[in-house]
Amino acid sequence: MTPFDRSLREGFSLLRRHGGADPMPALREAAFARFAELGLPTTESEDWKYTSLAALAEMDFVPAEAKADIAEELLQGLWTPPVDGSIQVVFVDGHHRPELSSPAWSSGGSFIGSLRAALAHNRDLVARELARHADFRRDALTALNTAFIEDGAFIHLPAGAAPQSPIHLLFLSTASRGATLSHPRNLIVAGRGSQATVVETYAGPPEATYFTNAVTEVVLDEGARLDHYKLQQESERAFHIALLQVSHGRDSRFNSHSLALGATLARNDVRALFAAEGSECTLNGLYMADGKQHLDNRTLIDHKSPRCTSRELYKGVLDGHSRGVFSGRVLVREDAQKTDARQINKNLLLSEGAVVDTKPQLEIFADDVKCAHGAAVGELDEDALFYLRSRGLGREAARSLLTYAFASEMVDLIPLAPLRTRVRELVTSRLPDRESLREAA
Amino acid sequence: MTDPMLRIRNLRARVADKEILRGIDLEVGAGEVHAIMGPNGSGKSTLAQVLAGRETYAVTEGEVLYQGQDLLALSPEERAVAGVFMAFQYPVEIPGVGNLYFLRTALNAVRKRRGEEELDAMDFLAFAREKMKLVAMDESFTGRSVNEGFSGGEKKRNEIFQMAVLDPRLAILDETDSGLDIDALRIVANGVNSLRSPDRAMIVITHYQRLLEYVVPDRVHVMDNGRIARSGDRRLALELEEKGYALVQEPPAARSGGETRR
Repeated sequence: MTPFDRSLREGFSLLRRHGGADPMPALREAAFARFAELGLPTTESEDWKYTSLAALAEMDFVPAEAKADIAEELLQGLWTPPVDGSIQVVFVDGHHRPELSSPAWSSGGSFIGSLRAALAHNRDLVARELARHADFRRDALTALNTAFIEDGAFIHLPAGAAPQSPIHLLFLSTASRGATLSHPRNLIVAGRGSQATVVETYAGPPEATYFTNAVTEVVLDEGARLDHYKLQQESERAFHIALLQVSHGRDSRFNSHSLALGATLARNDVRALFAAEGSECTLNGLYMADGKQHLDNRTLIDHKSPRCTSRELYKGVLDGHSRGVFSGRVLVREDAQKTDARQINKNLLLSEGAVVDTKPQLEIFADDVKCAHGAAVGELDEDALFYLRSRGLGREAARSLLTYAFASEMVDLIPLAPLRTRVRELVTSRLPDRESLREAA
Repeated sequence: MTDPMLRIRNLRARVADKEILRGIDLEVGAGEVHAIMGPNGSGKSTLAQVLAGRETYAVTEGEVLYQGQDLLALSPEERAVAGVFMAFQYPVEIPGVGNLYFLRTALNAVRKRRGEEELDAMDFLAFAREKMKLVAMDESFTGRSVNEGFSGGEKKRNEIFQMAVLDPRLAILDETDSGLDIDALRIVANGVNSLRSPDRAMIVITHYQRLLEYVVPDRVHVMDNGRIARSGDRRLALELEEKGYALVQEPPAARSGGETRR
């Protein structure tokens, strides 16, 4: 048994003991049993070929304090939505912190708050969707998350609801007593014709070691629209594994923007299922790694129904001895006629030591479809570098500017202005000559 | 006597195993415009690239003094801030980098070096608009990325615009006339002429005499096989137009090592 397995067992028996009021013991037990069968995946598995969890298996995690202190600087440095009527739900080490959050928001049948509170008050609604979309039977990390569900965000938008302000879900880790482990579990249920913007931010104090294993399920009813952003800014020693599972109702739209900057090892999995016809999804991602970071991006778009459109653009910037992975699968099933799918992955390698594995997979079983995919790996263009330097820009400034130019396409795709500004700051903060780039865009 | 703006002595340069410049001697004084002509492959563009600091070429012998200092010891960006400018034959497209942002960054690097105050975005815009008039660039140009989607003529005008903004002491125009129709050629030539000044030297590299009808040079040099084969005044350009480059070309037997030229 690995140290990781041991800390999981201890954690789980602790949860069982204190779980007297546990609203879903059967789900928990089933998921834990499934995880025990599957075990932590190894690189022998096709799905984990490029990402080894061996370092994680050696980790010994301790349970987090219920009310760990959070450094003021950490909170200050994070994006917060514009003030007016903004909604922010904060979790520290997986526990909801009402005193740091906006008051639970429920008006006209909408609910924006913690999953635990929702389970107490609106159990049927939660039970109807929770763990119905993210399949713990197939995926060990999802099983682990499901076994350890304690809290997370729950957003319910009834038909036609459209909160004006973005909803910010903030997940902070403290590692206050040693390496901690949290399993945020989020559920977003968007009713017919509803519309919202949700931002998930994951962060922790510098140099803290911890593991975040998050699952977010999104259920879109007919005509619903969700813009989803994820800012992964974990500590450089953290492990981060997350699944975003989206289930599309008829004529619904989902836009995802994933920004992966932090963690020593991160894996971000986005899966969209077109369960009914006429829907659209856009998956955009930017991953920027340095040092010995390993950033793995995995996407699956399951065209199960006809007349759906998917657009996917992921870009990677890899420096130092970092490693990037993009593994994008587009599955067009037999009935999915008139599918329109396009997937692109582009990578920029800034150093000799950086590596990227890109694996686009297009599987088409329908005959009347429009599908395209492409992947590229390159270095900074020497001609462009010389051009910039010949005009007086220093070598570092020129490299930074060209790197920014590569990444900026992903920044410009963000429609929400304050968030676009924030992401631009985060991107430039990763470049060597950030001073001169401040006004680049 | 003061140093000339540029003094090149016995400059030899190679790329990989191929020697391209085979002993160039050239002096260009402040206020002068020199044309360098020559057939394809004679080394004209290589000379421009070596002067701008392109690292693809290795200088094997000789020296280049710019205002009395060793130009070859400087990085490309150091040359730029010292006042050397090359208008590219093939200006590079850089999507995602705003044309004006890029140019302001460049100008401020130059101004900093000269001990002048840096320009903010507003001041720069007003300044740039004045310079844009020189090459008849319209307002839409300010919102675009560096050379992205520019026509051939727009790219060349952009080079001259950059030169006007950066105000160099030594400007090297590498085939700025290539690919231009007559209207674009006039616009570019007017821009160049308006930048002629007693404290600026210009080297105009061209394959054809056509540009020199508009930008009248003080001296004309003809390169062949990595050397300056002949020098003269503007009449040399006209003579070349009439007789072709056979006028300067050595018979094949005289060529070093019988290299094949591309």
